[in-house]
Amino acid sequence: MIAPATQAPAIEVTNLRKVYGRGHTEVVAIRDATLQVARGEIVGLLGPSGSGKSTLLTAMALINPPTSGLIVISGQSVMDGPRAMVDARAFRRQNIGFVFQKPNLIPFLTALENVQIALEINDTAPREARKHALELLDYLVVGPRAHNLPDALSGGEQQRVAIARALANDPSLILADEPTASLDSALGRQVMELFRKVAHERHAGVLVVTHDPRTLDVFDRILDVEDGAIRVRDKTATKPRNF
Amino acid sequence: MNLAYRDVRHNAGRFTFTTLGVGLLLMIVMGMGGIYRGLIYEATLLVDRVGADLWVVQGNTRGPFAEISRIPANLEDRVLAVPGVERARQFVSHTIQREHRGQPLRMVVQGLAWPDDKGEWVPIVAGRPLRQAHYEMIADQSLRLPLGEKIQLGKDVYEVVGQTRGLVGTSGDGLAFFTVSDAMAIQFDVPGEAVRLERAARRARVEAIDLGRLQPLLLDRAVGLASGIPAFAKPQVSAVLVSLQPGADESTVRATLANWPDITVYSTQEQKDLLLAGMVDKARRQLGLFRALLIVISTIIIALIIYTLTLDKIRDIALLKLIGARNTVIGGLILQQALLMGACGFGLAWWIGLYLFPYFPRLVLIEKADLVSLGLIVVVISTLASLLGIWKALRVEPNTVLAA
Repeated sequence: MIAPATQAPAIEVTNLRKVYGRGHTEVVAIRDATLQVARGEIVGLLGPSGSGKSTLLTAMALINPPTSGLIVISGQSVMDGPRAMVDARAFRRQNIGFVFQKPNLIPFLTALENVQIALEINDTAPREARKHALELLDYLVVGPRAHNLPDALSGGEQQRVAIARALANDPSLILADEPTASLDSALGRQVMELFRKVAHERHAGVLVVTHDPRTLDVFDRILDVEDGAIRVRDKTATKPRNF
Repeated sequence: MNLAYRDVRHNAGRFTFTTLGVGLLLMIVMGMGGIYRGLIYEATLLVDRVGADLWVVQGNTRGPFAEISRIPANLEDRVLAVPGVERARQFVSHTIQREHRGQPLRMVVQGLAWPDDKGEWVPIVAGRPLRQAHYEMIADQSLRLPLGEKIQLGKDVYEVVGQTRGLVGTSGDGLAFFTVSDAMAIQFDVPGEAVRLERAARRARVEAIDLGRLQPLLLDRAVGLASGIPAFAKPQVSAVLVSLQPGADESTVRATLANWPDITVYSTQEQKDLLLAGMVDKARRQLGLFRALLIVISTIIIALIIYTLTLDKIRDIALLKLIGARNTVIGGLILQQALLMGACGFGLAWWIGLYLFPYFPRLVLIEKADLVSLGLIVVVISTLASLLGIWKALRVEPNTVLAA
């Protein structure tokens, strides 16, 4: 039985499998992956290049349908094998936030507008969207740079704006793909601390794909991906919580 | 939030230069239409201004604007005798090219039926109508002959006493009004040597016949003025213009004249139609095809520009898709940019044309209806041009952002 949306995990993935090619050219990118991220939890997804992390992430982001397996987000079944059970784009708009290795801010929009557009896309009225976007930028301590174009922002500021954009529609799930890879260690640390803050204060499930060993302590749990299979890392399961 | 406007604002320089190029292209499209309108206006200007109800021309010809028309000058008196005719005027019109102050000078020599017609109907902007039967002329300003200027045409010198503005013939050459006799003198002017040779030939022909040998006085007449020989007809005119009495029935007068086998009668509208069908039609088709070609080229160029602009922001579009933007948002961004480019280009074309077209050698006439239709064409081609970009944008996978 699926729990009510408010109590349901941010995401549940069950026996997810992704196969590319057929016959001799068949490559199994994900092998029966099963994972769960609760709301308010920050989970790290680690693994070497080619292990299937990004494939798993794109499957969970509903942009790369799996070959088989079930994806449930906020208690709602969204993918059953390759079959989408919802309008994927509309579902992403309302329920999933994305943060990437590069901030990927739209260069012709200011920091404020980059956040505002995510809200307006979700049918928030422009005035209300603007107000909420400013609040988010203030929350992430980049409010004073709200009217700057991305070019005028530092790498750390850009990533904060990207996080603000991901938070804009109050998503239940935030997927982050190596968000600290292009930042120095201090900035990377700040950004990861922000994710932890977001997970706990805004009650979102945050799944972060990372290579960065310096920030592992911020995760509530760490999942290792190897050859498309997931296993829970024991040592972090007992890691002392710093918050 | 208007993404198209913000993208344009961010890339203002590139957008400006691109739009300038599109604008110049559209200006040529606009100019082509204007040249066509100008052709029609100039071609029909004289027919409209001369104010005749009927045109009497040589039998079985289409009149002086289509081919050579020669009718006797005294046909004017025959026409005047027809009931319902108030006025008949000789129409003499021919184009000459002379040298004046070291420059070639082309003009349409137009005869006024002196003394009935002194050119009062001519829209004179400076000076006055003709006041004497010879050696005066009214010249259009395009001929660059100022008031008081004297110019030798044939054996005589003519003084510019009046000026018009924008009165040109079907080929765009300025009109110059003279009395009919002066116009004929200019038309039939031949060098003195040719006159002497003609008179000698005449004498030789008379000497060769019995009458010449029996009547020696005839030999003296043969070497005299041609106008003094009754057997020679007076120089012919191109047409006779007929004005009807108020209330006269045009069809009745026309039917009467149509019974004369040596002439053909046309209404003013028929003369205009013949003029347009003959002289302007090929130019119209040529300009029309050229214009259509330019519109197609403009569409392709705008499409390629919009496509390139779309490619430049393909990652942004992928990101918008990833965060859930609807296709209408993405398509709208591209369509609005194409329309903005088209609209700005159209405005620029109009603005540049406003200052540039008056310097063209032929009249470029931009009418409101043409502006509106070109505006609609620009909307259509901008929309069509955006389709390629929209097609590309809608095919972009959201995970393009992740892959980068």
